[in-house]
Parts: sequence; structure tokens; C-alpha cells
Amino acid sequence: MAANLERQRHIVDFTVASLLRRKGKNGALLAVYTVIVFLLASVIFFTHALKQEAARVLKDGPEIIVQRTLMGRYSPIPRSYADDIREIGGVQSVRPRLWGYYYDGSFLANYTLMVPDEAPPPGEIVLGSGISRLREAFPGDIVGFTGFDGRPQSYRVQGLLPEESQLVAADLILLAESDYRQLSGIPADQATDLVLTVRNRKELATIAEKIVKLHPDTRPIIRSEILRTYDALFSWRSGVVTVLFTIAALAFVIFAWDKATGLSAEERKEIGVLKAVGWESSDVLLLKFWEGLLVSLTAFLLGTALAYLHVFAGTFWLFAPVLKGWSTLYPEFRLTPFIHFGQLEVIFLLTVVPYIVTTIVPSWRVATIDPDMVLR
Amino acid sequence: MIRAQGISKTFNAGRPNEFRALQDVSVELPFGRTTILKGPSGSGKTTLLGIIGCMARPTTGRIYLGEREITSLPERFLTGIRRQTFGFIFQQFNLIKGLTVLENVMIPAYPLGEKHGLLRQRALDTLELFDLGRKAGAKVDWLSGGEAQRVAIARALINDPLVVIADEPTAHLDSRLSTEFMAIMRRLKGEGKTIILASHDPIVYDSDLGDLLIEMRDGRIVRGGERP
Amino acid sequence: MTVRYSTMAGIGLFSLMLVNGGLAVHGRREVRQAKPLLARTGALVRDLRLTDLCLFTEASYTRHPGMADLQTPFQDSPLSMEHFPSGSLTGPPPHLSGGLHRRLTVYRHGR
Repeated sequence: MAANLERQRHIVDFTVASLLRRKGKNGALLAVYTVIVFLLASVIFFTHALKQEAARVLKDGPEIIVQRTLMGRYSPIPRSYADDIREIGGVQSVRPRLWGYYYDGSFLANYTLMVPDEAPPPGEIVLGSGISRLREAFPGDIVGFTGFDGRPQSYRVQGLLPEESQLVAADLILLAESDYRQLSGIPADQATDLVLTVRNRKELATIAEKIVKLHPDTRPIIRSEILRTYDALFSWRSGVVTVLFTIAALAFVIFAWDKATGLSAEERKEIGVLKAVGWESSDVLLLKFWEGLLVSLTAFLLGTALAYLHVFAGTFWLFAPVLKGWSTLYPEFRLTPFIHFGQLEVIFLLTVVPYIVTTIVPSWRVATIDPDMVLR
Repeated sequence: MIRAQGISKTFNAGRPNEFRALQDVSVELPFGRTTILKGPSGSGKTTLLGIIGCMARPTTGRIYLGEREITSLPERFLTGIRRQTFGFIFQQFNLIKGLTVLENVMIPAYPLGEKHGLLRQRALDTLELFDLGRKAGAKVDWLSGGEAQRVAIARALINDPLVVIADEPTAHLDSRLSTEFMAIMRRLKGEGKTIILASHDPIVYDSDLGDLLIEMRDGRIVRGGERP
Repeated sequence: MTVRYSTMAGIGLFSLMLVNGGLAVHGRREVRQAKPLLARTGALVRDLRLTDLCLFTEASYTRHPGMADLQTPFQDSPLSMEHFPSGSLTGPPPHLSGGLHRRLTVYRHGR
């Protein structure tokens, strides 16, 4: 047992000495490999953490939202619909929700305006932290908007929504109902949609069916469906993510291919020499195994550590410009580090194992031939 | 003794470039003595050395190491025997570039799992015998021809083999270094080692070191036996 | 006494594993500490009756993917462009491509 350990250690001694002979080439290999693992792990960490945060934060959102559709897209809902919907068995309450978008031409940004249950007094608004940052507007400042009729409206900033909740509130503006109706032009008898609370969660689907029977032009959305939307975020089916992973896989294949076909004459000769001085085929294969393991394990550990720091300490800054797309207003991705170890296992299996295999397999034949070729 | 019986070796059998390196070679090489294989290049000396040194199998024929028949052994056992019994000094030295002298000398013993400290010390001692102690940490790429050869010899000796085999050892050496080499061989002979040398250099085959002189030509033995 | 390469490799790999382990422990701790923060944000979601994360603000169907319908991407802009890459990353919500929605709607949405 001790002899076997010593044998392994000796072989590792040789492996490292051998790798160090070409510091530049092997260093570059390690660097590229690490970068691939880093990119993959970054995307995996980010998407998982974001989905976890979505699930936790949105789980107490509205149970059923009733939208109205007109001419194929959703449009304001008459408040009168609430009256008969309230009568459906199992419905605890029906309240209108008043919200909409506002495009700010001077900052090229879209805001979401909302009238909450506890709205600020008329003339005052509460800003999301992203808007405050973008417009440099702080409590006490006056902010101006243009109404639906072209008339300017201005409001005083009463307060800001907490920065820590920017993931849901960065672009929100809370204002009074009268102010919103004046700004947006939505008539007094209409709302954006209706929010229902329900006595028994198991009845959600039944209630939804009944709503549609009452008002065929409505579309109820239940909370579980909304949460599933965020499960599908960044999913494999999204072209962008698929492209990214495909590129990474391709890079890796090119890599491994180079390794696999790269058993040069010099390497063959060296294996021949090793065999000639008394190494068995199994010793040579062990050598190749350690070579593969050392490089890939280092790249894996380094890549995932860097990915962790990149996503959770560095707010995913490498990818953030890509994600922002056209938005001028966006949250800073300060995510909580929800890590799923299953994913790390997957990255490990996809990167470390194939690399070791492509290091061993090409050497198989060479390792087993008779060493007399070194005599020539 | 090492006995070779009816050894033939054909390369690329059946193909247009078929080449018969050895034809029906039989020799007896006693332990503790020095045998010199003499002959021009292409005479099969190198091939015969390889077969005796357990690096290749003959196409036909048998090799006996003492009482033991080794030609039909599986690879693992053959490698073990090669490791323990034979120390090979190649014509091209075949040191592993980029590694140090010490590492090169220790390599044949790595798979044996000996304690590192002991192995290292033994390697250093062996290097001392050849006056290379100071160069232990130097990369072999920077050695002179004579130094490289001595490292090759030290490597061949690391496992304290019974038999030392050298293929054209003086091919890349000048007269002075060739004489030095012969002196080292004399020392090893004095320690009881069996030595087999292949050479077409008169410094080697004319010296009094050889107990047996076997002459080869075109894959056959043309003259062989005790030196008179 | 020179250090063996195998020792160096072992130490190197072990340190990396320690670092990774340390980050994992740190992560666990951060998650625990973040619970109150997440609870506060959850309370905000409840009070304001929010439905979506504010990730991509350039279009209605990227800002509120939970509320979006299938036509909106092509009606949001006069040029009918899809917003990229946010539009690709927030695909149509699953409930539009099957399940409850299919059973409820009177008319079919194209796909």
C-alpha cells in the first residue's frame, strides 16, 4: 500500500516536471480551460441564483390576476367586471389594479407607474432606486412627466423605494390614483387588471374557469403560472443561452481534439524510453491520467471559484452589458449566492472527465507497444 | 548464463518491405563475463541486443535467463525482469530532455514505489561514482557528450541490474571519452556485472575487456566463441 | 531539502479545494443572512401586488413576462422588432404554450 502510494507520487513528480518543461504552452492550455469553466459556471450560477430569488420573492404575489383582452392584446378592464367575479364561490376579494408604463424620452427609459393601496398624497410620488439613480432625483426634488394629452405634470418626490429591493422595484413610481388617471388618461370606470384573493388555493383553476365563462374576453393568470415564467428564464430553449453553451462546447472540442491528435513523435519517443527503462504500460497510462487530472482539476477549481466571485461579488459584470440589452434602466445584479451543487457536478462531469479521457486514449496504443523502437 | 536459441526476427512480415534482421541466431552469454558483438551496421546487433534485453520478442526462437524461459512471458512479467535484470545504455543515450540529471537517473525506479528519500540518495551516490554529483540539478539538455553518456550509464545502473547492455556506446564519442567509457566498463566488470556490448569500433572490440567476441553479418553469426 | 513536485501539486490542489470550500461556506452564510432582506422584498411584493422582477425594462413583454401575451413582442414597436437579447432570454411564459391557457381561451393564439 505504501509502495503504491509512493509509486503514484513518483509518477506525479514526473508528470509535473514534464508539464513544466513547456511552461508557455501548458500555461496557455490551463488558462483557456479555466476561462471556459469560468464562463460556463458563471452563467449557471447566475441563472440559478436569479431563479431562486424570483421564486422566493414572488411567492406572495397576487393569487389570480384577471386581464381583459381586446383585439388580441390586453387592454383595460371595466371595473364593473369585479362585481360578478366577486360572487364566484371561493373568491375572497376582488380589487382593481391600476398600473402602466411611461416612456421617458429624455432618458430613453421605461418606467412602471403604479397606484398602491397606500398611495402617496396627490402631487407626491415615491421613486424606485433605479429611477432615482438615472434621473438623479431625490426626496424633495420635483420631477416632471408629460401626460397623455400632452400636458406637463410635475410631482414632488416624497421618498424612495429601498435599494435592497431593486430587483422588483428599481423602475417603479408610486403615485395617487387621481394623479395617475390624469397622467395616463385611463377613464374612471376602468382599471388595468383585477387582483383576486381566494379562500382555498386548490380552487384556483376552477375559479379561473368560471371567470372566463362569465367574461369570455378575460384572461386569468394564476400565481403558479407567473412563477413558472421565471423558471423558464434563461432556459436551454432560449437561443442565446444555447448559443453560448454551444460555443463553449465547440471550444472545448477543438481543445480536446488538439490534445488527442497531438501525440507528437517526440512524445512517442519519450514513452518508448520510459518503457525501455522499465515502465509498464499501466505506469505510462497512469502518467497520462495524472496529467489530465492535474490540469483539468486545477482549471475546474479555479474556474468555479472565479465564477463565484464574478457573479456574487462582482455582480456578473462581464455579462451585464449583454443582459441589459436595450434597457437604460436596470437593476444591479446583487444576488444572493444560492448554489446548487448538482450543477457543479454537471460542469465537472462535462469538463474534467472528457479531458482526462482525451489525454489517456491517444496514448493507449503507444503505451502498449514494444519499446524496441527507441533502439532505432 | 543467458542462452538464445534459434532466434529469428522479421520486421513487416508479408509486406513488400519485409526485412529479416536476424536469422537463426544461437548464442550463450555467461554471467559475470563480458561479451562483445562485432559487425557492421545492419548486421542485426541492435536487434539481438533488444531481444536479449527483453525489449522485443523474437519472431521465432527462445531466450533463457538462467533456467528460466522468458520469451513466452506476458508483458508485465517481462517488464519486471527487464527492470530488475538489465540496464540498457542506448546509442543515442535517450535521456529525457527538460528534466534534470537526477530525475533522469531516478526514472527507471519510479514504478517500484521505493521511498523517495532512499531512491534519491542512491541516485546521488551513483552519480558520485561518475563524478557527476555536482551536476545533479542540471538539465540534461546542457550536458556535454561525455557527461550525457555517464548519466545514461548511471541511469542504467540505478536498479542494480545483473546485466549491462550497451549499443554502440562509443559512436558519438572521441577517443579520449571512448577510453574513459571502457575504463568504466572495466570497473563494472570488476564488480561482477555481466556486460554485453555491440560495437563496430575497434577501441571496443580490440580491447582486452571482452571475454567473448561474436561476429555478426547480415543477421547471422559468422564467428563466435571465447577469445583465445 | 527540496520540495517534491508531487507535494507542491498536492498542496496546490488542496488549497484550491479549501478556497472553494470556503466560498461555499461563505455562500451558505450569505444565504442565511439574506433571508430577512428577501422577506422584506417579499413583503413589498405583497403590499404592492407585484408580479414580476424588474430585469429588462425596454419592452412590456420583457418587463412583465408573467403578464405578457404572445402578440405583444410584435406590436410593441412600429418596426416590430424583437428586443434582443432580453426577448430571447424571457421566452413566452409556459402558461401560454400549453395547459390552462389552452383550455380557457375561446380563440386560438398563433405560435
